[in-house]
Amino acid sequence: MDATIESTTTLAPDQVASSEDAPPRLWLGGLGAGIAWLAAALVVEFWPNFDDWAYTTELASAAGALGGGLLFASVAGRRLPGIDRLRSLAPWLVALALLLTSWEIFTAKLNLLPRPFFAPPQAFLEVYFEDWRRLGECVIRSLLLLAPGFFIGAALGFASGVALGWSRIAGYWGHPILRLIGPLPAIAWLPIAFFAFPSSWSASVFLIALASGIPVAILTWSGVAGVNSAFYDIARTLGASQRFLVLKVAVPAAMPHVFVGLFMGLASSFSVLVVAEMMGVKAGLGWYLQWAQGWAAYGNMYAALLVMAVMCSGLVTLLFKIRDRLLAWQKGLLRW
Amino acid sequence: MSAYLSIENVGITFQGDKGPFCALRDVSLKVDKGQFISIIGHSGCGKSTLLNIVAGLSAATTGGVILENAEVTAPGPDRAVVFQNHSLLPWLSVYDNVRLAVDKVHKARDKAWRHDWTLHNLSLVRMEEACDKRPGEISGGMKQRVGIARALSMEPKVLLLDEPFGALDALTRAHLQDGLMEIHQRLGNTVLMITHDVDEAVLLSDRIVMMGNGPAATIARILAVDLPRPRRRVDLACDAAYTHHRAEVLRFLHGHDTARDAA
Repeated sequence: MDATIESTTTLAPDQVASSEDAPPRLWLGGLGAGIAWLAAALVVEFWPNFDDWAYTTELASAAGALGGGLLFASVAGRRLPGIDRLRSLAPWLVALALLLTSWEIFTAKLNLLPRPFFAPPQAFLEVYFEDWRRLGECVIRSLLLLAPGFFIGAALGFASGVALGWSRIAGYWGHPILRLIGPLPAIAWLPIAFFAFPSSWSASVFLIALASGIPVAILTWSGVAGVNSAFYDIARTLGASQRFLVLKVAVPAAMPHVFVGLFMGLASSFSVLVVAEMMGVKAGLGWYLQWAQGWAAYGNMYAALLVMAVMCSGLVTLLFKIRDRLLAWQKGLLRW
Repeated sequence: MSAYLSIENVGITFQGDKGPFCALRDVSLKVDKGQFISIIGHSGCGKSTLLNIVAGLSAATTGGVILENAEVTAPGPDRAVVFQNHSLLPWLSVYDNVRLAVDKVHKARDKAWRHDWTLHNLSLVRMEEACDKRPGEISGGMKQRVGIARALSMEPKVLLLDEPFGALDALTRAHLQDGLMEIHQRLGNTVLMITHDVDEAVLLSDRIVMMGNGPAATIARILAVDLPRPRRRVDLACDAAYTHHRAEVLRFLHGHDTARDAA
């Protein structure tokens, strides 16, 4: 499988050109990005701040280190392992350097944006350097809430989706219930959940499980119901039992749908997580956001938002990696 | 003395939107063990429906199918089916597609035997090299070979082939026909094959069952093909008996069947 993926990527038109010609001495994109980051470092360090901002030098050294690294990579070029994957990132690296520079100029240097609401880049560094312990704990607490909720929801959603798709009786009773409850945002259950569950942790787990379970159930159901009947015919001519038809035919055939459901469930579990942490739970990234806003610590708030974005997109990426591995047979059919 | 496989007065009526629709009526056919039977007829004449009834995937409205003194009521591994173009489960590798059937049918055997048996059957159709490939990665002809390997691995009483080579190019089809003939010669399977291809029917069969047009289709004529085996397509190209049989089937399909007009 991997071999085919590799070969298709190396056959991308722009890369054919670069590998067919004599290997370029210099990676021009890397050179440009390196210069942009070095320029950003110079602006940060030597353009005096409008006001006193801590960690200005640290920010400049970080940008300078990145710029220097990119310059080195652009000269060392092809000899560095993994350089080909970096190659396509060059435009983004340039854009990010420009973004950082203008952000720095508009906030720390010229003070053009209203102050407590817009923090300069070094304020992020300050938060990460001085509050990393609390922020880290919040990430862990959030994950400890998200993981059980998502797994319980995914497992129950998957099981009920298979039952709904397979059994006529389950479909008869389950369909109206899912029709009624499915469209309701999980957050709407918040008052009931906090009333019905003994702790705010278990109430939040319930809400997250509900939010992630319903899309998984619906998509699994539609996946199982939509399995090509020819697959069942094949299995039946092998003498398959009902159990065999469910486990060996319906479930694997429905997996592409199940993964769409898992993706949607994961996305909606994030929003429930944050709301639940803002409302009841006394830890986690949602709580941190709320707390930072309460103290008008906007730098902390932005820093936490960035951490949250990285965490969520990391989890989604992980899910996609798992899917690509499990659904290798579907390669070419998957379009997202 | 009853036949090995006996199709007796089979008829099927579907309940459609516009009332009942009779697709087949009074189909009777007796097949001896080891015989190769082709069923030929125009599209929509109920060939596939008949095969599905023998497979047990559809239930006959009237009559029934008896295989070795037992009535067919459900699909089972004693009647292996190779479908036209969707015989394999796409999420399993070539090996696993065959192994699935082997594990199902030969439960009593140990693991090593089942592994060897899977590879043996794949080698019968020369697919042992492609074990780890998935159906999406191999050609249509290769898929059909794997389908045949899986059917053979089940050691069925009857092999049911539903236009197995219909979607393939002429050269691949010829290769697979030769392969199938060789396997049939060696293992003596009882085969029921649906086809649209006159040459295929004459080349492979002991008898050709020609079905009339629907609705309420039934067997119009049965042609015995008594060409000696093993048969070689190159030798037969100019063989008088072969061309005669071929002409008979063509006349039937294209409406100039003198025998039928007289009747």
